[in-house]
Amino acid sequence: MTADPSRANPVITRGMVLTVLALAGVAAVMMLAVRYTPIEVNQGLAQKIFYIHVPSAVVAIWLAVPMTGLASILYLWLHDPRLDRFAAASAEVASVFCLVVLTTGPIWGKPIWGTWWTWDGRLTLTLFLFFLLLGYQTLRAAIREPLERGRFSAVLGIMGLVLIPFIHLSVYLWRGLHPKPVVLKPSEPSLPPEMLHTLLIGFAVFTVLYIGFVTLRYGIQLAQDLREAADAA
Amino acid sequence: MTSADAPLVEARGLTRSYGAVRALRGVDLTLAAGEVLLVLGPNGAGKSTLLRSLAGLLRPQAGTVRVAGRELNRDNPDARRAIGLLSHQSLLYDELTLLENLMLAARLYDIADPRRVAEAALEAQGLLDRKESRPRQLSRGMLQRAAIARALLHEPRLLLLDEPFTGLDAVAADRLRQLLALHHSPDRAMVLVTHQAGEAWDIATRIGVLVGGRWAYQAERPAELAPFHLRYQELLHA
Amino acid sequence: MRRALRHALAIAGKDLRLELRSRTSLLSATVFAALVLIVFNFARDPTAVATIDLAPSVLWVTVSFASVVAMNRAFTVERENAAFDGLLLAPVSREVLYVGKYLANLAFVLVVEAITLPLFVLFFNVDLGHALPGLLLTLLLATAGFVAVGTVFSAMVVRTRFAELMLPILLLPFMVPPLIYAVKTTVPLFAGRPLSDVVEGLRFLALYDVAFITLSVLLFSAVVDE
Repeated sequence: MTADPSRANPVITRGMVLTVLALAGVAAVMMLAVRYTPIEVNQGLAQKIFYIHVPSAVVAIWLAVPMTGLASILYLWLHDPRLDRFAAASAEVASVFCLVVLTTGPIWGKPIWGTWWTWDGRLTLTLFLFFLLLGYQTLRAAIREPLERGRFSAVLGIMGLVLIPFIHLSVYLWRGLHPKPVVLKPSEPSLPPEMLHTLLIGFAVFTVLYIGFVTLRYGIQLAQDLREAADAA
Repeated sequence: MTSADAPLVEARGLTRSYGAVRALRGVDLTLAAGEVLLVLGPNGAGKSTLLRSLAGLLRPQAGTVRVAGRELNRDNPDARRAIGLLSHQSLLYDELTLLENLMLAARLYDIADPRRVAEAALEAQGLLDRKESRPRQLSRGMLQRAAIARALLHEPRLLLLDEPFTGLDAVAADRLRQLLALHHSPDRAMVLVTHQAGEAWDIATRIGVLVGGRWAYQAERPAELAPFHLRYQELLHA
Repeated sequence: MRRALRHALAIAGKDLRLELRSRTSLLSATVFAALVLIVFNFARDPTAVATIDLAPSVLWVTVSFASVVAMNRAFTVERENAAFDGLLLAPVSREVLYVGKYLANLAFVLVVEAITLPLFVLFFNVDLGHALPGLLLTLLLATAGFVAVGTVFSAMVVRTRFAELMLPILLLPFMVPPLIYAVKTTVPLFAGRPLSDVVEGLRFLALYDVAFITLSVLLFSAVVDE
């Protein structure tokens, strides 16, 4: 197998295309939020950020982080460098999405609750997840040898994955100001149809955004790895 | 092949990279009891990587190592019982006395009566009177003798040495050569990594030259050092 | 099995002996704990906030920071003369190696806590009384958990450039759940509630311990086997 950096190009291109499409989708979601959805009775205009905030959170917590954890487990078992590259890319994207949640949260919260931050369960969980992911990336940055970096990241990834239910259990000790679940409830979702549709579109868009970002990041890392291999040869 | 003829060391297809550097590219090695292999080669050729893989300190990315019939992997700690390593570092704890260091090693190797065996090992290296000293208080030569005592404590059948003559004066080097000759026996093997072929020429039974992660030469030790040296220079500059 | 225990105890004993001889880690952790307690004392307004309300947080923050300081030494001591290679060469399984290091680390941190607790009582005038058995149990359970994770992480970070900085960065998220439950358990205990009231918190701590000790034992090989 030749170490040819240009082999990464199709991956990068695919990533960019998906990302651009998804970003267009995000813009579309915002437009839908402003034009199409009704204004929420209690929360007013500020609630509209919900269509960005919630999909980011769901994709980060339920897709990006578990994928990183799964890739970590598989990497320790199979030692395939592609798994390590994927885990790192997924973690990076997860931290970006967490940042989105942590910034849109206060933007949503301030007009409604009168405070920028609240230690309620979900925001706190996201905050911890963010620090966990930052730690993961700091660790990776501190280790140059790829095999060691892969192994250590995987160990941290698996430990982090197991930590999440414990964080969940401990932060939900405090009942917070967070709006009660309106979609994922045992009974029917109690959202008006326009809101529900926009939210579901939001989930789809952010999932594509995740795939696009991860593909792009993976491709960039692949190009770098191939360049280093080509230099050494 | 009876079990008595089975090779002491069987390494197949050892492969290991450090980032973009491919230190070992599918290296094979078979060593029977009684053999002493000298491993030569330029810096960065993979010699230390090979030695550490044989010691069970490095997991190859591909390939296996079997010592005394047992495969070296993390599920098989007993396979390491047959291995002793003498490296640049002494593997001793600075805040423990020589005796404490050796007694710890004896316990980890399940040696009965650790104190007696530890003292005997120190005595064999002429260090019994220093048994309460800390490694810091020893000279380079004495420190290496302490490291040798530790390496030989459990009477390993395979002794691995990583550039053991480095930094030794002529007297210490002679002493080491004598020791190795004494240790050499029909049921033991040694692998000695060095970049000075002359240092251990007489005890060697085989010579291997590792270049760029592969064997460039492997044969029974030639009778004369000088012609081999020429060949070696050629290999280095190839 | 007995052999494994002997190996683990030999390794733990070696660590304890090393630390007793150099004392650097124990001293720095204890001094650190005392300093933190002193800062807390000067940083509060006793007329505004009652000591007893602040006490659990002060105790647990002090304990967690001092533990991180104490745990840093676990693998730095193995770097001298590549001594750790000596442990890795031996016919000792990596799981047993972990248990040995873990037991030693646990002992150190418990010693630091044993020194911190009386200081805490002294500086903050807290009457422990009936709360003491419950508090000790909580300390033990919480410590067992984050030392488990800390032992794995210190093995990792010792090979990085900024080891002393990396350990807290990686470890603190893992200390938060046990901390939260430890505080949750300590508050009622300080308020005079019986042990039976805080069983739920203790159960959580025990669950955390089981999960992370098991995980650490399983993952240690991936860290130390190159």
